[in-house]
Amino acid sequence: MKAVTAIDQFEESYDLVVVGAGPAGLSAAARAAELGIGVLLVDENPAPGGQIYRAITTTPVGDREVLGADYWRGAEIVARFERAQAGYAARCTLWSIGPDETAAEGEAFEIGLSLDGRARLIGARQLILTTGAQERPFPIPGWTLPGVMTAGAAQIALKSAAIVPAGRTVLAGCGPLLYLLAGQLAAAGAEIVAVLDTTPRGNWLKAAGALPNFLRSPYLAKGLRLMAKARRSLRFVGGVTGLAAEGEGRLASARVARGDAAEIIACDTLLLHQGVIPSVNLSNAAGCAHDFDEAQHCWVPRLDNWFGSSVPGIAIAGDGAGIGGAESAALRGEIAALGAVRRLGQIDLAEGDRQAAPLRSELERALRGRRFLDLLYKPAPQFLAPPQDETIICRCEEVTAGQVRDTATRLGVTGPNQMKAFLRCGMGPCQGRLCGPTVVELIAQANGTTPAEVGYYRLRPPVKPVTLAELAALQQTEAAVKAVVR
Amino acid sequence: MSAAPTSADVIVIGGGIHGCSTALHCALRGASVILLEKDHAGRHASGVNAGGVRQLARHVAEIPLSNVSMALWHRIGELVDDDCGFTSDGQVLVAETEEDLANCKARVDDLTLRGFHHEELIDGKELRRLVPAVSESCPGGVISRRDGAAIPLRATQAFKRKAQEQGASIREGVRVEKVSRDGKTWRVATNVGDFLAPRLVNAAGAWADRIAADLGEPVPLEVIAPMLMITAPLPAFIKPVVIMVRRKLSFKQFGNGTVLIGGGYSGRALRDENRTVLDWRKLATNAGTVWDLFPLMRGVPIVRAWAGIEARMPDDLPVFGPSARYEGLYHQFGFSAHGFQLGPGAGAVMAEIIATGRSNVPIDGLGIARFTQQAP
Ligand SMILES: Cc1cc2nc3c(=O)[nH]c(=O)nc-3n(C[C@H](O)[C@H](O)[C@H](O)COP(=O)(O)OP(=O)(O)OC[C@H]3O[C@@H](n4cnc5c(N)ncnc54)[C@H](O)[C@@H]3O)c2cc1C
Repeated sequence: MKAVTAIDQFEESYDLVVVGAGPAGLSAAARAAELGIGVLLVDENPAPGGQIYRAITTTPVGDREVLGADYWRGAEIVARFERAQAGYAARCTLWSIGPDETAAEGEAFEIGLSLDGRARLIGARQLILTTGAQERPFPIPGWTLPGVMTAGAAQIALKSAAIVPAGRTVLAGCGPLLYLLAGQLAAAGAEIVAVLDTTPRGNWLKAAGALPNFLRSPYLAKGLRLMAKARRSLRFVGGVTGLAAEGEGRLASARVARGDAAEIIACDTLLLHQGVIPSVNLSNAAGCAHDFDEAQHCWVPRLDNWFGSSVPGIAIAGDGAGIGGAESAALRGEIAALGAVRRLGQIDLAEGDRQAAPLRSELERALRGRRFLDLLYKPAPQFLAPPQDETIICRCEEVTAGQVRDTATRLGVTGPNQMKAFLRCGMGPCQGRLCGPTVVELIAQANGTTPAEVGYYRLRPPVKPVTLAELAALQQTEAAVKAVVR
Repeated sequence: MSAAPTSADVIVIGGGIHGCSTALHCALRGASVILLEKDHAGRHASGVNAGGVRQLARHVAEIPLSNVSMALWHRIGELVDDDCGFTSDGQVLVAETEEDLANCKARVDDLTLRGFHHEELIDGKELRRLVPAVSESCPGGVISRRDGAAIPLRATQAFKRKAQEQGASIREGVRVEKVSRDGKTWRVATNVGDFLAPRLVNAAGAWADRIAADLGEPVPLEVIAPMLMITAPLPAFIKPVVIMVRRKLSFKQFGNGTVLIGGGYSGRALRDENRTVLDWRKLATNAGTVWDLFPLMRGVPIVRAWAGIEARMPDDLPVFGPSARYEGLYHQFGFSAHGFQLGPGAGAVMAEIIATGRSNVPIDGLGIARFTQQAP
């Protein structure tokens, strides 16, 4: 690995640029570099690992039991990447992807990078986007109160800084990560007063058909272990149908509904989690086509069997290609790398197929139980689109669920891009990451259409903000100057 | 609900602000109208522009239309039942040198002679009162006090909704594929079937040349992709919209503190894909101008950049008025990156021409004949 620590250390152009240093990106970059390709891996975090293996090389959490064996597997993936001859830029954000207008032929991109307050445009012949997943927005009344945060944010604080939430903590929602985090936080000494499970009871029936595969899947052992651990040691409340955070100026309690029964649980921290969805902002801004996946109930990029997107030369691997978990992410990353290496002409199709074959069968095994989990943890409608009109759904612009519903029905707004013009939802600094799925859901419910028909935001670059000064001082490379003059 | 009509008095092609405005004004005059839009109303230039409602520095040939429009903008809520986010804090043209200022004076004097009084010369003191952030060295400029800005998509959709309320049939997702003449009737073939009307308005924006060419009136329309950037919020520091004499820059701070930066730099438009490609080098130049002129902006994050697909004519003037070839055909396109302000008024004048065959508002110099007929 060659660390790139300043903007002028980048080469003019790379054969392959990989964006995101989680298991998918690390594996993709390593595989391509092992095959002799000039690779650059960039990530905005200070150290490799992505979300699952966050801070794997730097975490202050010393007790290996706390984060568990699955976490520490990340060390091997990072070690392999470090042995490979790939460039790596930490703390580097990619803010734009566009076609390279100066390229004579073939697949070529111009990408905008920013490092240490300086920006630059460089070339890339192939791109693999491995920017992973994000938590599905989980808007409930009171979720903007101090003391309420996402489970993912709590996990970042734990992994990178060994910070455990203060006081009485409640976790609420559904999905494997919720139980994992409950276990991790409990082991790290958090005071967990309850785990509120919102998994709709009816989902068990819907998922039953997918049970046989799940029983043969690697998820099973892990999942049962997590679940059993959480259930054994913690107060576990199932069948939660309604949830609100309450308090004056800060969280004081969680109001919980289970059918007609209500309960108020006093707490200092409420951690919310409603599963994860692919983080599509970058692939969307790059112009890749996406489809609505009914099983995972989210937008996923349209991909071929090398994880190539609808834009030739851009591949998407890891959870960004559809939620599959860490093991599948690494495998997808390697297959995407083989695809890119093949498109670069370094190996032929037969060789690509040969190398991909064992990866593909492992991938199939790794994903075997997925459908069961997707069906089981499909969120209930009231947690996708809050029924209470006052609930804020866009935190950047403070837009409520009622406003979106009203605008959809009264003004006949049929899609999120139009909604922006009326309510500004999605126009804040988060670029719709926190409100997009909810806005789509609310419009669909209000107009009696489906999320697939409603569509999603057209995202605008820069995908991550760059300052005016950075932009003004964009280094004009020799090639670029020539191209402009011509 | 009865089935949507397939014939009407007037068919309008294009659901931008121009098509929607013309549809509304025709409906207000009692005509039956069908508007055909391939995407959704305001999907293109009309929904993504800078929202500048500007009379300042317009070509004289457009000023009469622009005057009609400005009067409508100032009572836009009455017209379309939505204020369209319209605010009027004036637009200011900044002169950076004495020579610039002399040119400004000549322009204002010329307008006065022609009977137009919306532009007013201002000295350095008034300039700095209006735009405190501007450099001490700027000797003055021109202000158009009734100018302002509105929210583009909201405005376009307000026209659409009002037209609908007045009985117009607005068909979104309907793409016009071919136009032909059937006696005195236009037959408009689309992806959902044929539509018929004796009168047809070509308001198809950056695609209007195709319709015109179909009808034997080819025009040298250039498809451009003007780019814009918007910043994170800053404390309020500027009220009017600012444009520069010497440099490509337009600048507007919204009520929420964000600043819209434009300058007429164009990216690349892929009109068949409904897509644009940004040119970051040009945006860097655009940012560089702001860096020079407004030092307090240097550290602010740019949160979004985009481009819209727009039609530009070689003389930067629209094609507006009856066809030079056929009765019952009207053109309304080619607004060359400044047609948003003209939308409300152009629709009113077009509806008048369609209904009565004439208008008192002069539109000389805007006809399609300037491109389709050889100079004598
Ligand atoms: C970035 C940007 C900034 C701008 N800033 C300003 C400003 O500050 N002030 C100002 O006054 N102007 C501004 N403009 C210019 C202004 O936006 C345009 O001049 C104006 O919106 C043109 O309106 P229109 O209705 O002619 O075109 P459009 O809004 O493009 O509408 C044409 C419509 O026709 C439809 N269409 C085309 N072909 C077909 C077909 N075959 N069948 C069916 N439908 C079809 C298209 O889908 C489109 O919706 C700006 C433009 C851009 C791009």
